[in-house]
Amino acid sequence: MSDVILRMDEIVKEFNGIRALDGVSVGVERGEVHAICGENGAGKSTLMKVLSGVYPHGSFDGTITLDGKPVAYGSINDSERDGVVIIHQELALSPYLSIAENIFLGNEVQRGGVIDWNRTNLLATELLTRVGLQENPATKVLELGVGKQQLVEIAKALSKDVKLLILDEPTAALNDDDSAHLLGLIEQLRTQGITSIIISHKLKEIRAIADTVTVIRDGRTIESFRVTDSDDIETRIIRAMVGRPLDHQFPPREPDIGEEKFRVEDWTVHHPIDVDRVVVDRASFSVRAGEIVGFAGLMGAGRTELAMSIFGRSYGSGISGRVYKDGKEIQTRTVGEAIRSGIAYVTEDRKRYGLNLIGSITVNVSAAALGRLARLGIIDRNREYAVADDYRKQMNIKTPSVSSVVGTLSGGNQQKVVLSKWIYSGPDVLILDEPTRGIDVGAKYEIYGIINEMAAQGKAVIVISSELPELIGLSDRIYTIAEGKLTGELDRAHASQEELMRHMTAARNTGVQAS
Amino acid sequence: MTTATPQQATSPVPPRPEPARKKRRRVDMRQYGILAALAVIILLFQVLTGGRLLYPGNVSNLIQQNAYVLILAIGMVIVIIAGHIDLSVGSIVATVGAVAALSMNNWGLPWGAAVALSLLVGALIGAWQGFWVAFVGIPAFIVTLAGMLVFRGVALVLLTGGTISGLPRAFNSIGSGTLPATGTPDLITLGIGALASLALVVQQLKGRTDLRRLNLPRERTVSFVLKIVIAVVAIMYLCYLLAYNRGTPIILVILATLVLLYSFLLSRTVFGRHVYAMGGNLYAAMMSGVKTKWVNFFIFVNMGFLAGLAGVVSTARAGSAVASAGQSFELDAIAAVFIGGAAVQGGVGTVVGAVIGGLVMGVLNQGLSILSVDAAWQQVIKGLVLLLAVAFDVYSKRRGGR
Repeated sequence: MSDVILRMDEIVKEFNGIRALDGVSVGVERGEVHAICGENGAGKSTLMKVLSGVYPHGSFDGTITLDGKPVAYGSINDSERDGVVIIHQELALSPYLSIAENIFLGNEVQRGGVIDWNRTNLLATELLTRVGLQENPATKVLELGVGKQQLVEIAKALSKDVKLLILDEPTAALNDDDSAHLLGLIEQLRTQGITSIIISHKLKEIRAIADTVTVIRDGRTIESFRVTDSDDIETRIIRAMVGRPLDHQFPPREPDIGEEKFRVEDWTVHHPIDVDRVVVDRASFSVRAGEIVGFAGLMGAGRTELAMSIFGRSYGSGISGRVYKDGKEIQTRTVGEAIRSGIAYVTEDRKRYGLNLIGSITVNVSAAALGRLARLGIIDRNREYAVADDYRKQMNIKTPSVSSVVGTLSGGNQQKVVLSKWIYSGPDVLILDEPTRGIDVGAKYEIYGIINEMAAQGKAVIVISSELPELIGLSDRIYTIAEGKLTGELDRAHASQEELMRHMTAARNTGVQAS
Repeated sequence: MTTATPQQATSPVPPRPEPARKKRRRVDMRQYGILAALAVIILLFQVLTGGRLLYPGNVSNLIQQNAYVLILAIGMVIVIIAGHIDLSVGSIVATVGAVAALSMNNWGLPWGAAVALSLLVGALIGAWQGFWVAFVGIPAFIVTLAGMLVFRGVALVLLTGGTISGLPRAFNSIGSGTLPATGTPDLITLGIGALASLALVVQQLKGRTDLRRLNLPRERTVSFVLKIVIAVVAIMYLCYLLAYNRGTPIILVILATLVLLYSFLLSRTVFGRHVYAMGGNLYAAMMSGVKTKWVNFFIFVNMGFLAGLAGVVSTARAGSAVASAGQSFELDAIAAVFIGGAAVQGGVGTVVGAVIGGLVMGVLNQGLSILSVDAAWQQVIKGLVLLLAVAFDVYSKRRGGR
């Protein structure tokens, strides 16, 4: 009945025995804008990498049909030859090269290895006009904002005679104006016959430009349907995105909630480089002793940025706002100051920010609280060992000895080492950023137990997580954050995945807070 | 040829593998690997030179002539563990040597004050470079490349291209003198050796007792005892050789002090731990509250101080200051550190390793000189040894799976 340009059937992709894609099927019609939705980790990006040849043919099961012909891409070059171009979330431009050089990088306008610069610049100018970017093609890419860089990426795609353009969260890093321009451009390309696949979290965006939406969850296609203008489209997408039964068990807990322990007022953070961009916008929240408070937000909503900026201004610029502990204002200008004030922050990316992977368990556990183990700058290594060994038993870290190198441990055990490190620093406020990311179910349960125990000791616990069932299972109260703003506050009794997702996808100026 | 006993553990290599402790054993392997390499090189040259390498006079010379590499390697290993590099130390040696000579011969300072001034100048130069690295954020490679040019120039300016000789004898003896001796054999040297051996045994036993008390993994008794025996024999043999020459070189006392002090600094203090933490994962160190800027700053202050000391020692050894002093010392020191098992990416390395690496370079220098190998070929050989040592390290690490 209709002209299908791309068909992906029963795609299965495994990583070390874990199924990231478990039989996904997608059909895209020629000339449409097809949105793919799903929670973080649902498998969207993996699917696109399968399609574009980043994961070569043979490393996955299932078939891909383009223009009615089965294809087998061995690399990204193969797919680009067929006019399938992917633009990744992290832009892949070379900052010190000019716009024109970037557009034709790897695809130079040349004769016998010598570049024809006049023609390069001429063609680049034409492409820039097509994407509506008024810049000199000789301008270096690093002088452009993210929005304009995105347009350069699209120009680059157009230079390759793109038929099928894939955009992975193209507006995640853009402000409203740039987003609007980009979406306009995608519409315009559609009229020129270019099919687009867009991965996005932003439901209003999808409603605005997508013709069809496919929802993926846990590596499976849940449903695929035409986008209409009616209101229940968003509800339908949300339900499809989150509609799984709770698949984790949570250890039982009797909340014993006391006085307010921690409060943040009017916290505003700007982007560290793009200093005019507001990343966290006047956030105010509080946590009581013995309370577990969840923060729900989609990727790029500003959750981690909020936490890191509070923890010793480890992120951002132009930070303003006030932090209180036990009713008294405290300063958290450096990480050391934050730690001394009784704040601990377990980072989202434990390998990059949390651990010295070539160090032993012992040196990692003591890293944030060496002062407790040292006199006159000399470390009591016997006590250090005893402390680490204590945590090994308490946390059930599976290792032959605490002298083992942390890089050799499994993800769950590494996470327990990070938790030990921060618990040993003796915090009153414990901020956990994605505490169970990349961890198997058994270890997750143990970590939930540790989190509960921290709350039972009267600490104020903040949990940031992308997994809504986890937040609902753990938290006494949940704040939602979207585009840098706190958009809602739900207590345990009222928190459902649908409700949370509604607040998490709330648009900036049309807040859905219970007013 | 009794081979069937399960308890058999007669080899000097560490205990037989328990699968769970594989990692630990591999690290030990690397440490012992360097030592074994040193032993092989000593034996090789002992044979090649017909026993002349270990003549008492040659051993004394070896120590005095290569003291600068060892001193610089101690500072350099800290720099490299933290993930930096310092190319300027050779030029600092020249500048500090010039300051020392000028202050004694032209400004009339007593030799003690001149030494103090020299060390201060070294530390100040280090502070200058540390400022740019730590607080301005310029890569150490660039800062110290600039320093290499700047301080070579400063040395030339200070000495106006000439040589200052005729330095006080007391000063020269820092580099070439010995402790008072009782004759041949020198009983003081032998006494020092005995005390050092005793201290070593006591310290090792105490450490082992602590490990037992805490139930930490220990070496097997056999290899532990064997290790101590070898160490004591090596110490006593060295002292025996020195006692039959002129006694204990003063520089050896300085070196021994530095090795003990800096080993302690790196392995036992908060500062040392921060250095390793930064080299292992700078971001994780920052997020753990380490004041990374100040640590970087002090690493370079310390490197400057030790380069100053190397300047004093090599000027005293030469008995004169020239602007061309310390040429390519930085490369010797860097080579010593890498031969000693440090990692280019930072986070790994020990003072003892660096010193052994320096000794490898020293024995090569000395042995090749005794064999009167052409200086050009000496360079070729030293370069190849460095390459092989690091290649071995990379290979063994890759085999380790990471």
